[in-house]
Amino acid sequence: MRWDKIDISFYVNQRAYNLKVYSSTTLLTILREELGLTGTKKGCGSGECGACTVILNGKTVNACLVLASQIDCAYIETIEGVSKDGKLSRLQDSMISEGAVQCGFCTPGIIMSAKNLLDNNSSPTEEEIRTAISGNLCRCTGYSKIVSAVKKCSEVRKNAGCICS
Amino acid sequence: MKIVGEPLPRVDAKPKVTGRALFVDDIKFANMLYIRVVRCPHPHAKIISIDLEEAKRLNGVEAILTAKDIPGKNAVPLVYQDQPFIAESEVMFSGEPVAIIAATLPYIARRAEKLLKIKYENLPTVIDPREAMKPEAPRIYKDDNIIVHYKTRKGISNNPFNNSESVIIEGRYTTPHQEHAYIEPQGVLSYLGPNGNIKVMGSMQCPFYVQSAVAQILGLSLNEVEVEQAVTGGGFGGKEDVPSILAGLSALITYKTGRPAKLILDREEDIKAMSKRHPAFIHYRTSSDKTGKLLGVEVEYILNAGAYSSLSTIVAWRGAIHALGPYNCEYVKVDVYAAATNTVPNGAFRGFGTPQIIFAHERQMDRLAVKLNIDPIEIRKINALREGHKTATDQALSDSVSFLKTIEKAEEISEWHLKKNKPQKNETQKRGLGVSSFIYGVGLGAGGAIYAKAASFVQITKDGGVIVAVGTTEMGQGMKTVLSQIAAQELGVNLDKVHFLEANTSRVPDSGPTVASRATLMSGNSIIDACIKLKQNLLPVAVEVLELPPENIEFFDEKVGNNKKNISFMELIDKAYKKRVNLTSQGWFCAPECTYDMETGLGSPYFTYAFGTIVSEVDVDINTGQVDVLRLYCVHDVGKAINPQTAEGQIQGGALQGMGYGVFEEIIFPEGIIKNADFSTYIIPTAMDAPEIIPVLVEEAYKGGPYGAKGLGEPSLMGVAASISNAVSNAIKRDVFSLPVKGEYVWNLLNTTIKEKVRN
Repeated sequence: MRWDKIDISFYVNQRAYNLKVYSSTTLLTILREELGLTGTKKGCGSGECGACTVILNGKTVNACLVLASQIDCAYIETIEGVSKDGKLSRLQDSMISEGAVQCGFCTPGIIMSAKNLLDNNSSPTEEEIRTAISGNLCRCTGYSKIVSAVKKCSEVRKNAGCICS
Repeated sequence: MKIVGEPLPRVDAKPKVTGRALFVDDIKFANMLYIRVVRCPHPHAKIISIDLEEAKRLNGVEAILTAKDIPGKNAVPLVYQDQPFIAESEVMFSGEPVAIIAATLPYIARRAEKLLKIKYENLPTVIDPREAMKPEAPRIYKDDNIIVHYKTRKGISNNPFNNSESVIIEGRYTTPHQEHAYIEPQGVLSYLGPNGNIKVMGSMQCPFYVQSAVAQILGLSLNEVEVEQAVTGGGFGGKEDVPSILAGLSALITYKTGRPAKLILDREEDIKAMSKRHPAFIHYRTSSDKTGKLLGVEVEYILNAGAYSSLSTIVAWRGAIHALGPYNCEYVKVDVYAAATNTVPNGAFRGFGTPQIIFAHERQMDRLAVKLNIDPIEIRKINALREGHKTATDQALSDSVSFLKTIEKAEEISEWHLKKNKPQKNETQKRGLGVSSFIYGVGLGAGGAIYAKAASFVQITKDGGVIVAVGTTEMGQGMKTVLSQIAAQELGVNLDKVHFLEANTSRVPDSGPTVASRATLMSGNSIIDACIKLKQNLLPVAVEVLELPPENIEFFDEKVGNNKKNISFMELIDKAYKKRVNLTSQGWFCAPECTYDMETGLGSPYFTYAFGTIVSEVDVDINTGQVDVLRLYCVHDVGKAINPQTAEGQIQGGALQGMGYGVFEEIIFPEGIIKNADFSTYIIPTAMDAPEIIPVLVEEAYKGGPYGAKGLGEPSLMGVAASISNAVSNAIKRDVFSLPVKGEYVWNLLNTTIKEKVRN
C-alpha cells in the first residue's frame, strides 16, 4: 500500500463526494467502507468474478481494480442508483419476473453490466448479451434466465418506446 | 386459488436486485475487529514454535490467539470429532489454522501476520488415497489411514462374473476435486448479546451445526449461543460444515476481547483451505447377458477424504448405496473406502459422493451398449428400475418411481434417434450425443436419522399477515419462496401476505442441516403441520361467525368459509384476535423410518428417491481436443414442482455446475498444495461457455411429500458430467475414463493408439 492520502472529488449515482483517502485504496473499498454503499460486492478482489462491476465514466469496470487516484472527477454509477425513489427499473423488474435471481450475490454486478449494454445497444442479440456479462461469474443460475431477463427488458423498452432501462 | 405449482416471483428477489440484501460482509458493528486466520502452508508439519511478540506490539492488533487459548474443547463437532479448530502441535493439511489475529482494520491484521515468527518441521506426506491405503504409507489417520469402509453385498451367492456366458466390462475411472466457487466467499460475524451470551451471524447452510461448534470451542451450553444466518451467496454444500470452524474462531475472538469480530475469507484462502468434492478412484466391473440385461456389478470406490474425517463417513455411505445406479440388478458387490491424505478435508458438494460414481456407472453402461451394439437409451430402458423392483440395497420401490418417464421424455425432447445419425459438422469438429441416468435418495436417510426432523413456526399477525420461520436455510435455491407458497396455499392467503424470517437457532428447534435436497420436503411438511394446527385454532371462531359446520369451512382466496357463505380472512383474524385465540403454532415433521444393515449394506436407507436423465450434445475439435457443449436436456422426476420457475432455475444452474465438473474444473495440487486458487486458473463456466439448457420436469406426486414434492437441489447437478463424457466418447470413438474432459485429456485420447492407451 502507498501511504499518501489524496483529495478526490467524484460523483456516485449523481451525488457529489469529496474524500481524503490513501491513493491506493480501491474504488470497491471506497464504495463499501467510506460511502456505505454495500450493494457492490467483493467476490474475489482480483478482477476475475465481476461481482464488483460498476459503471465508471460510461464503461463497466471491476471496482476492485480501480484505484482512488483514478476516480478524481469521475462519474460513477452503482446498483444503488439503478432504482429511482424506490421504483425498480425495467431491468430490475425483468430480472425478478424471469427468475434470474437466486442467491443474489452476482446480481448487482450483472445488472450493471446489463444496464451498460442496454444503455448503448437497445436490441442486443443473445450473443451480445452473453458477451456483455461474460465477466460476471454466476454459480447459481446457469445464466439462462439472466439472458432471458435482459432480452425481456429490451422488448419491454421497445414496446414502451423508451430508452431508459 | 392456485399458489403451489405456480411460477410466482421469488419473495426475496427485490432486495437482491437493489443491492439492499445484507450479506455478512455488508454488516458492520461499532468497535468491530477484523480477523485474519494464520494458516500453515505445508501439507504435513510439526509446529516447533510460534513467536507472537513482535506481531502483538503492532498498533491496532487486539488479540493473537492459538490453540492453547481455547477455553472449551478444541474439536469441531461433526460426525467424528477429529479436527481441531486450531492446530495444536501438528498440521495435517496445507491451509490448516495455526493462529488467529484480530485487529482494528483488515490491513493491520495482515501486517501482523507477516510479523509472526513460526517454525515448522516438515513431516512425510501422503497425497494419493490409494497410496495412503498401502501398509508402507505414513500413518496420518489412526492405524491404517482408512476413515471408513462401507460395503454392499446383495445376491452374492450367485456370482455372474464366474459365468463364461456373461459379457463383462471393466474400467478404472478418476474424478478430480471440485471447488464450490460460491461467488460470495465464506464469512462470519460474532458479537456479544445483551447478557454476555454469544451471537453469530454468517454465510452458512447449517445454523445448528454452527451453534454446536461455538458452544464447544467456548465451553458454553447451547442456550448461551444464538446463530442467525445472513443472506447467503451460494453454498452448494461448501457452507455445510466449514462455517462451524470459522464461527468458532470468530466467537473465540469475541469471547476473549468482548468485541464484535468479523472473519471474511479472501478468495485465494477460500479455495486453498475450504472443503471440496472428494476426488475418486473407481474400479468398476459390470456383467450383463447378451441382451444387455445387467447381471451384476463389482465396485471399488476410493474417496480421497483429505486430512480429517469431516463428512467423508456419510459421503462414502451415500456412495455405497448409489454405486449401482438406477438399475435393476441381482448381484451387487460394492466397497467404498474414504482414505486420509494430507490435503484439504473434503466435505459436502451437491451430489455428495454420487456424481463421481454416476460418471463411472454411466460410462460402464455406454461401453456395454457399444460392445453389444445396443442403443444407449435402449439399454437403460431395459435395466431401468420400475415400481415393484428392488434397488441395490434390496429395497422394494413402491411410490413415485418415474425413472422410465425421464428416459422417455429425454429421448423425445432431445430428438435422440434423429440426432444420433446426424453427419458431423465439418472436418475438424466431431458431433457427439450422450445420455446418462441416475437415482438419488432424498433426505438424510438412515445415515442421518437423528437429524431427520424439521420444525417450523407460523404466526398470523393481527393485521392478517403471516410470519413463517423454519430451521432450514435459503442459499439461493429458492427455499423461502417455495415454503412461502406452501404456507400461503395452506392458509388461503396471497403470497405477498407471507413474510419469511431468517433462520435463527432461537426461533425454531434443531431442524437438521440444509443438505441432501431435504428442505422443501422436510420444512414444507413441517409448515403444513403448523398451518393445520393454526386452522384448528381458528375453526371455532369461523364456525360461530358463519354458522357453518367445520367440514364446510375452507381457507381460500383470502376468504374463510365456502363459496356461498364466507368472511374475509382479515375479518376472521380480527375476530379471533379479539377473542384471544392463539394465532401462532409450531410445526414438526419427522422423516419416515429408514433402515440399513452395516454388514450387508442392505435395507431401505432412504424413504424416497428422485430420478433423472440427461442428454447432451457436444462438438469436439479433433485438432485441439476442445469440447464444446451445445445443448443439455435435463429431465428430472421431482414429484411436484412447487414453483416451476425456481425448479427450472435450479436445473439450469445445477446443469452448468455439473458441466463445469465435466469439462473445465479440477484443483491442481501437486504435493498437497493447491496451485490454482483463483478464477483465472480454476475455471468455472461463464455466460459464453453456457450451452442451451432445456429443463424438463416430470411430476408424479410422492405421497409423503408436501403437495407431492421430493427434492431437486442436488439432482440438478448430477449426471451432467457423465452425460457429457458419454457424448465425448461417442464423438471421438474413444473411451473417456477421467474427468474433466479438458482439451489435453481429449487430445491425448485422440492421439494415443490402442496399444499405448494408458488406463489409470
